[in-house]
Amino acid sequence: MAHFEKANSVYEWLDQRLAVSKLTKVLMTEYWIPKNINFLWAMGVVLMTMFTILLISGIFLLMYYKPDTKLAFDSVNYTIMQEVWFGWLWRHMHGVAASVVFLVIYIHMFTGIYYGSYKRGREMIWISGMLLFVTFSAEAFSGYMLPWGQMSYWAAQVITNLFGGIPFIGDELVIWIRGNFYVADATLTRFFMLHVLLLPLVIMGIIGLHFYSLRIPHVNNQEGEEIDFDAEAEKYKAGRKAESKVIPFWPVFLSKDLFVLGVFMIFYFYLVFYHYNFAMDPINFDPANPMKTPPHIYPEWYFLWSYEVLRGFFFDVGPLSAMDIGLAAFGIANVIFFLMPWLDKSPVVAPAHKRGAFKIWFWVLVVDMIVLTIWGKLPPTGANAWIGFFASVTFLILLLVALPMITKKEAQRAGGAA
Amino acid sequence: MADQKRRDFLGMVFGGFAAAGGVAALYAMKRTWDPLPSVMAAGFTTVDLSPMKPGEFRTVTWRGKPIFILKKDNTKLKKCDDADVKVGEGDYLVRIGLCTHLGCIPAWEGDKQIFKCACHGGEFDACGTNTFGPPPRPLDIPPFKIEGTKLVLGEEGPEYKKLVGKA
Repeated sequence: MAHFEKANSVYEWLDQRLAVSKLTKVLMTEYWIPKNINFLWAMGVVLMTMFTILLISGIFLLMYYKPDTKLAFDSVNYTIMQEVWFGWLWRHMHGVAASVVFLVIYIHMFTGIYYGSYKRGREMIWISGMLLFVTFSAEAFSGYMLPWGQMSYWAAQVITNLFGGIPFIGDELVIWIRGNFYVADATLTRFFMLHVLLLPLVIMGIIGLHFYSLRIPHVNNQEGEEIDFDAEAEKYKAGRKAESKVIPFWPVFLSKDLFVLGVFMIFYFYLVFYHYNFAMDPINFDPANPMKTPPHIYPEWYFLWSYEVLRGFFFDVGPLSAMDIGLAAFGIANVIFFLMPWLDKSPVVAPAHKRGAFKIWFWVLVVDMIVLTIWGKLPPTGANAWIGFFASVTFLILLLVALPMITKKEAQRAGGAA
Repeated sequence: MADQKRRDFLGMVFGGFAAAGGVAALYAMKRTWDPLPSVMAAGFTTVDLSPMKPGEFRTVTWRGKPIFILKKDNTKLKKCDDADVKVGEGDYLVRIGLCTHLGCIPAWEGDKQIFKCACHGGEFDACGTNTFGPPPRPLDIPPFKIEGTKLVLGEEGPEYKKLVGKA
């Protein structure tokens, strides 16, 4: 047992037992962030705030939601929306946050790609971030099922059916996932469990990993400069703050971060109060009907690009059926970003505008994903089907062929210059 | 060294028990996710086809799935000996009404004589054959048995076996 002396204050009492001052230093006042960053570096804190909002609004929705195919629709559209005081607020906050959280995730991701923040020791930051993207996607999908409207139902039908494409065990796997031959009560209750318990727990665990993965390689900066964090921290602590290249996370970095967060929250609450409808598909206000597919179904905007890759391949090629090619492409699209640190063969860590061909590659990728997103919502007929096809092929070529080629050349040049 | 062996043995016994318990727990978890016996117990749906008129299209429910029935005799609808079901004098198309791509319900467009799936644009003709888009195979045939003018869905009769080439 350690030796304890009489404490002179509550703080000192806590400090003796929990090392509060040490903890504050490690996590906040002596956790160093580079100075040379811009507002795009604020997205992490924005995401953390959105997750907190989702958690809190979700807790209140959970008080009245009923996970039963007979009760779910009314518990959301009648009880929560019309009877519960401020029920509409929690629902709109939850729905809008679920949508904009993906906007911020994409900005966060593409900031990482633009500045090369996924390599030279930062691979685990990138991978844990991609794991968060995948678990957030599962969380969004399972949550979308809960209001048990027509879109909920048919999205569940289509997405669970995707597993039918897995060779040999596909058909039985689909029944196993659903707990029935079709999307039914058993499906709703198990996805409810995933949405409110298992996936949030997993997400919180991975958020911990994501933060921890930053400790050793540290946050990247606008120039990709390698900073000696220990030396720069010493300068800062010695009072040479202007000369030092770093600032403490708290209070310096967060004070700027909170400004960006404030601007974002104005945008968010503007959507919650005045434009919540964009996150509420009108088709989902019809109760689920297993006997009637809505005339045109599509996922929420943040899944449209991968959905378009799935359906972009609409004709058979030799022995390969259109469905299998689409599924394979969809599978690749969903995991390919995990491999960014290895598809990029160049050791250069610099912003895209200083990387020549990589800059062009980056913007072509952004445009291609926007095209996929727009065409993902259009009916897949005539010219639309072909645009979807070419955009899907472009996406695969960009990541599997163009990126390794461009970065290999860059690596050779960098090697020659050194 | 004797001590070390004793430790290895204890470690292996502990690990073995933990692994066996882990496998047992995984099995229980897998079974908990399985469809319940009440769900698995085959549901049978009996449909009387005699009141159907030529060209009539019906959808009945079997195990939560829509079953398409299209009466084709005395119409201009395309007939196909290897795909149609003959019940009495009648000639019917009997299929599970789920697109073989991702399970949306295609709509029967009588004027064009096609089943059109709204989800990804797949099309099937009046014989249930996939003619356009991503569906990898024709509409599936549900197991059925013929009893007079009635169709019993869920049971494999000789006509069903013949149709799917099992006989």
